[in-house]
Amino acid sequence: MKPESPSPRPSFVLSLGTGLASLRLTVVLLCLSLVMIFVATLDQVHLGVWGVQQKYFHSFFVLARIPGTELSVPIFPGGYLLGLALLVNLITAHLWRFRLSWKKSGIWLTHLGLILLLIGEGLSGLMQRDGQVRLDVGQTRRYVESFRESELAVWDATDGLFDDVVAIPVARLAHPDPIQHPKLPFILKAVGYFPNATLRMRSQMTNPPPAMATMGDGTDMLADPAPMTYKPDESNWPTAYVELTGPDGSLGIWLVSAMLEEPQTFIYQGRTWQIALRARRDYLPFTITLGKFTHDIYPGTDIPKNFASTIKLHSDNGQDDRSVLISMNNPLRYGGFAFYQAGFANNDRTSVLQAVRNPSWLIPYWSCGLIALGLVLQFGLSLAGFFRKRTAAPPGAARAAPASP
Amino acid sequence: MNRNLPLVILALAVAWVVCTLVPTGSSGPFDTAGFGRLPILADGRIKPLDTIARTGLLMLQGRQRIATPDARPLTPDEWLLDVFFRPAQADAYQVFRIDNSDVLTLFKLVRGDGEGGVRFSFAQLQAGLDELDRQARLAEPVDNASRSAFQRGVIELREHIGYYDRLRYTLQPPDSPDFAADLADPARLAAERAAFTTMDSLSNIRAIPPPAAPDGAGGWQSVGRVLLGAATPAAVDPHVRTYAALGQAWTSSQPAVFAATLRDYREELSSCLPAAVRRSDAEAFFNRAQPFITSLFLYVAAFLLAVVSWLVWPEVLGRAAFRLMGLAFALATAGILARMWLEGRPPVTNLYSSALFIGWGSVGLCLILEKLHRNAVASAAGGLIGFGTLVIAHHLSLSGDTMEMMRAVLDSNFWLSTHVVTVTTGYASTFLAGFLAIIYLVRGVLTRSLDARTADSLARMVYGIVCFATLFSFVGTMLGGIWADQSWGRFWGWDPKENGALLIVIWNAVILHCRWGGLVRQRGLMALAVFGNIVTAWSWFGTNMLGVGLHSYGFTDAAFNGLIIFVASQLLLIGLAAVPRSRWRSPAPGSAA
Repeated sequence: MKPESPSPRPSFVLSLGTGLASLRLTVVLLCLSLVMIFVATLDQVHLGVWGVQQKYFHSFFVLARIPGTELSVPIFPGGYLLGLALLVNLITAHLWRFRLSWKKSGIWLTHLGLILLLIGEGLSGLMQRDGQVRLDVGQTRRYVESFRESELAVWDATDGLFDDVVAIPVARLAHPDPIQHPKLPFILKAVGYFPNATLRMRSQMTNPPPAMATMGDGTDMLADPAPMTYKPDESNWPTAYVELTGPDGSLGIWLVSAMLEEPQTFIYQGRTWQIALRARRDYLPFTITLGKFTHDIYPGTDIPKNFASTIKLHSDNGQDDRSVLISMNNPLRYGGFAFYQAGFANNDRTSVLQAVRNPSWLIPYWSCGLIALGLVLQFGLSLAGFFRKRTAAPPGAARAAPASP
Repeated sequence: MNRNLPLVILALAVAWVVCTLVPTGSSGPFDTAGFGRLPILADGRIKPLDTIARTGLLMLQGRQRIATPDARPLTPDEWLLDVFFRPAQADAYQVFRIDNSDVLTLFKLVRGDGEGGVRFSFAQLQAGLDELDRQARLAEPVDNASRSAFQRGVIELREHIGYYDRLRYTLQPPDSPDFAADLADPARLAAERAAFTTMDSLSNIRAIPPPAAPDGAGGWQSVGRVLLGAATPAAVDPHVRTYAALGQAWTSSQPAVFAATLRDYREELSSCLPAAVRRSDAEAFFNRAQPFITSLFLYVAAFLLAVVSWLVWPEVLGRAAFRLMGLAFALATAGILARMWLEGRPPVTNLYSSALFIGWGSVGLCLILEKLHRNAVASAAGGLIGFGTLVIAHHLSLSGDTMEMMRAVLDSNFWLSTHVVTVTTGYASTFLAGFLAIIYLVRGVLTRSLDARTADSLARMVYGIVCFATLFSFVGTMLGGIWADQSWGRFWGWDPKENGALLIVIWNAVILHCRWGGLVRQRGLMALAVFGNIVTAWSWFGTNMLGVGLHSYGFTDAAFNGLIIFVASQLLLIGLAAVPRSRWRSPAPGSAA
C-alpha cells in the first residue's frame, strides 16, 4: 500500500496533514530518539542519571553552551519535544490515513497504548515527587525529605508544641528581591546564594577574610562556593547568607546551609524563632514509626539477602493504626505515597525508605497491556495469514511476505 | 549411503554426547572425584569442592586444564588437593596467567620462564609479592575506568594471589608438615593458634558442616573458626580430623585410607544433610559433563555442514546440519534446566546466564525457521549464534562462580523473572534477524548461491523475526518497568540498561515502519537488521561498561575491545549492502532491489 499517494492538487492543509501523518516522519522521529537516548546514556557518566534526565529527557531542547561564552543554544530536540511530535504524528496518522478494520485492530491497540504511554511518561515527569524518610528504631516521622531540593524554613518555635513553618524554595534565594510573608514579622533577603558550597571555620585559617554573617552559628564560618556535582554518591550543599530586616532596621545576617544539621535560634520581639536551610519536606497526613529493622546477608559473604522494616502506621483521622512490613520488592502504598525499602545506615540502626508520590503510576500498566495485546494480535494475524498461504500454495511457491498493514 | 548420511552423523554425535555424560572414575588410584563431590559452603551457597577447583583454575589461568612442572596432567580436583595438603608442590604449578609484560617485569621474569609464555607459578612470583602489593596500592585510588593496563594487571594479579592464598589456608595451615599429629598434641595445638586465626580470617570456604542437622546454610563453619573454639585435642571437631586424615592419606600415598575416610564422611553427610549431598553430587556431575562445551562443538559442526550444503548435497547435508543443531539445542536445554534446578532460580540471573539463554532462544527460533523453510539458512545462523554466545559465556565464566548469589534488590520475584526471560528472548531474536541478514548479504555479494527463492525466503524470515523481536523486546522492557515500579517506585528511570533495551525496541520499530512505508526493500531491510546487531550488542555489553546505574552488576572492561571489533565488523557488513546491485555475484536476488 502507498500511504503517501499525492493528490492531483494538494491544498496546504492536505499536504500539512499528509506530512504530519507520514511514516517517513515516524521513522525520522524514532531515529532522532535513538540518537538522543544513546548520547544521553553516554553522558550519564559525567552528569549522573538525574542531570541527564533534566538535560535530555525532561526538556524540549538539548542545550549546549557555546565555548567561551555563557550562551546556551539548542542543538538537538529533547525528550518532551520528540515525545510530543511522535504523539502528533501518531494521532494525525490515525485521523488521516488509518481506517478502522479488523485487520488493523492490532495496530490500533498498539498505537493507542503508545499514546497512553507517552502521555503517562509526560505526566510522571511533571507530577512525580520522590524523597526519603530516614528513621532510627523507635523514631516517628510525618514528612518526606526531598533528595535534591532544599528550602529555607523559618518558624516561630515559642510554643514548642506546634510549629507554623514558612518554607521558601532555595531557587527563590537566587533572586536579590526581598521576601515578605504575612506570617513573618520581618522580611528576608538573600545577600549571597551558592547552589553548592562547603563551610570552613575561620579559626582554622591563616589570615581569614572577615565573616559575612553577623548573627547565629555562622559568625566564625565562611562559605566556600563549589561547582555543582551530579555524581550519584555526592550531594550538593546549598548555602546562603540571609539578612532579616524588621521595621526598625536590620536584625543581622545569618549563614544558612544544608550542611548545618541543627536550626539556628534567635529571639525577636519576645518570641523564639528558628531558621534553617534543609531538604524540602512534604508533610504526610499520617505518621510512621520504625519498630524493627532487619538486614540479612548470605552466610559467609557480605551480599545482602534481604532488608525489612516493621513500620507502625498511624493516620491523623485515627482510622488506621497498624503494623506494616516493608521489605525489598514489597512496598507500602498508602495515602497516595509508596514507601520502598531503599537502604540502611548507622550499623543497621537506621532504615532508609524511599517515598514516591505519582498519581499517574497506573497509566504505564494500562498502556503496556494494550500494546502487548495489540502486538500479539497484529503479528498473530500476520502469522495466521502466512500459514494460510503456505497451506494453500504448493511448498516453495509461496511468494508474498506476510500481510503488511 | 548418501541417504543415510544424516542419520549416521547424528548417531555418531549422540554417541559422543553420551560419552561426555558417562561419569568417568578418577584417573589415579585415589578417589579424587569423590573428594570433589564433598559439599562445602562458599559465597553464600552450598557447592562441591569440584566447583571451587574449576572456578579457581578458570579465574587464575583462564582454563581448567593443568599439568605439573614435569608435564603430568592433573584434574582440577587433584590440583585442589595439592593446594590444600601439599602446598609446597602446588606452589610450583604454573597457574597464574599474566598477560601484561610490565607486570612481569616486577617479578624480574621473562615470557620464556612461563608455561606458554603467560602462566607462572606461585614460587616464581613469591619474591616480588611485596612490590606487587605496593604497586597495587598505588593503583587502587585511581578510578577504575581510568586505570592503565598495567594498573589493572597488578590489581587483578594481587586479587588472584589473594584468592590462591586463601585456598591454601582453607583446611590446614600450609606450613604444617603433619597436621593430623598436631591435632592430637595439646602443646602443638596451642602453638598453632596464631595460624588458626589467620585461617579463620583468610578463608571464605566453610568446610565444616553444622553439628546437629538444622536445615539451611547457617551452621557451616570454617576450619579456622572451629579450631579456635577447641582448646584441647578432645574438643576438636571430628570433621577437622576427617579432612586432616584425608590430607595425610593424600600426602603419604595411601589410596585405601583415603577412600575409606571419604566413604565414612560421605555416609555421615548423607544421613544428616541429604539435600546438600544430592545437590553437590549433581553439581559435580554437571561440572564434569560440561554440556555447554559439548554443544559448542556441535554448533560449529552444524554451521559447517549447513554452509557446505549450499555448495554440494544440499538435501543430505542440510538435514544433517538440522539434526546436529537439534542435538546441541537439546543438550543446552538440559544444561540450562540443570542450572535452574541447582540455583532454584529463573534461567537468567547474571550476564553469564544471559549469554546461555540468548543462544538457546536464537537456536530454538532457528529450529522452527529451518523446519518451515528447509534451506539450511537458519541452521547456519543457529550454529553461528549458538557457537558465538557459548564462546562469550565461556569468557564471562572466567570471573568466578557463575551461580553466584543475587543481591536483595535482584532477588527473585514474578516480574523480574518474566522480565529477564522475555527481554533476553528479545535480544536473542534481534541477533537472529541480524545474522540471517548477514547470510543474505554475504551470499548475495560474495557468492553465486543466493537465488531468488532463497532470497525471498530469507527476507520473509528476517521480517518475521523482527516482528517477533519487537514483541518480545517491548514486552520484556515493560515487564522490567513494572518490576522497577514494584521494587523502587519508578516505572522508568533512564538507567543505561533500561535505555539499551528501549533502543532495541525503537530500532525494531524503525525497521518495521521503514518496511511498511516502503522506504526499504530487501536490501535495505537486511542492512537495517545488521545494524540491529550493533544496537543489541551495545545494550547487552556496552551499557555494563559505563559502570553507572542500578543494573551495572555485570562486569568488566576487558570485553571493550571485543565490542569495538564486533561493531566494526557489522559496519563492514552493512557496507556490503551498499555495494551496487550490478557488482553482486548472485544474479539480482529478490523481485526488486
